Amino acid sequence: MNMKRREVLQTGGSITLLALITAAGWALPREALAADSWNKAAFDTKSMDETTKALGGTTPAPSKDITFFQTPDIAENGAVVPVGVTSTIPKTESIAILVEKNPNMVAAMFDIPQGTEPSISTRVKMGQSSNVYALVKADGKYYVASKEVKVTLGGCGG
Amino acid sequence: MADPMRIRANVVGDATEVKVLMNHEMETGLRKDAQGKVIPAWFIQNVTATHNGKTVLAAQWGPAVSKNPFVSFKFKGGAKGEKVQITWTDNKGDKRTDEATIA
Repeated sequence: MNMKRREVLQTGGSITLLALITAAGWALPREALAADSWNKAAFDTKSMDETTKALGGTTPAPSKDITFFQTPDIAENGAVVPVGVTSTIPKTESIAILVEKNPNMVAAMFDIPQGTEPSISTRVKMGQSSNVYALVKADGKYYVASKEVKVTLGGCGG
Repeated sequence: MADPMRIRANVVGDATEVKVLMNHEMETGLRKDAQGKVIPAWFIQNVTATHNGKTVLAAQWGPAVSKNPFVSFKFKGGAKGEKVQITWTDNKGDKRTDEATIA
């Protein structure tokens, strides 16, 4: 038992998550059959390269057409950091919000259907001060912008 | 069962602005309780917003989205009195749909 606990402590977040899911009897194939799809591979990534690979893209190009709004320079509470992203790149198809130093980088991915403005605002958790990336897919290509957010109180608890 | 969402939808110019506040724990699966046991992950994975049967936003979330998640977005079209529906599904298979009238 102790051994197992230590293993859990030592291994990375994604493996812990997987172990827990399996332990809870939450069968993976069932999820695969669900109407909603959830890109597990993308949510397990720990670097920008891995993330774009999991999404089936290439290395993103830095872009000045992606802007952050409502995003603080200094966040007092890492558990609730407002992040807003606007893309003015034509044919924006999706916007993803990534936090570099979180256990898993990807926080949220939004698909932007035609007719919806490529501007999204939400709140994310941040374990520590880190770069926040906005990864935008437009016309099949990937673009990225980043902003540094300093956190005075981490949001991952424990 | 999950608590209802708070949805506000307003016409702003030629677009409709939607703001949603959901009630959800959003456990990361990385935290431990007082006994040192890991609290299992429990978070919203999919969010879909529809207007007149058309999807206006589809999102996939990880556990890094804050507790009681907030999201706001705008879509073109939408008139006063019409409905906007929001559905989320979490990693335990729990589901909730709420709708709001555009004001």
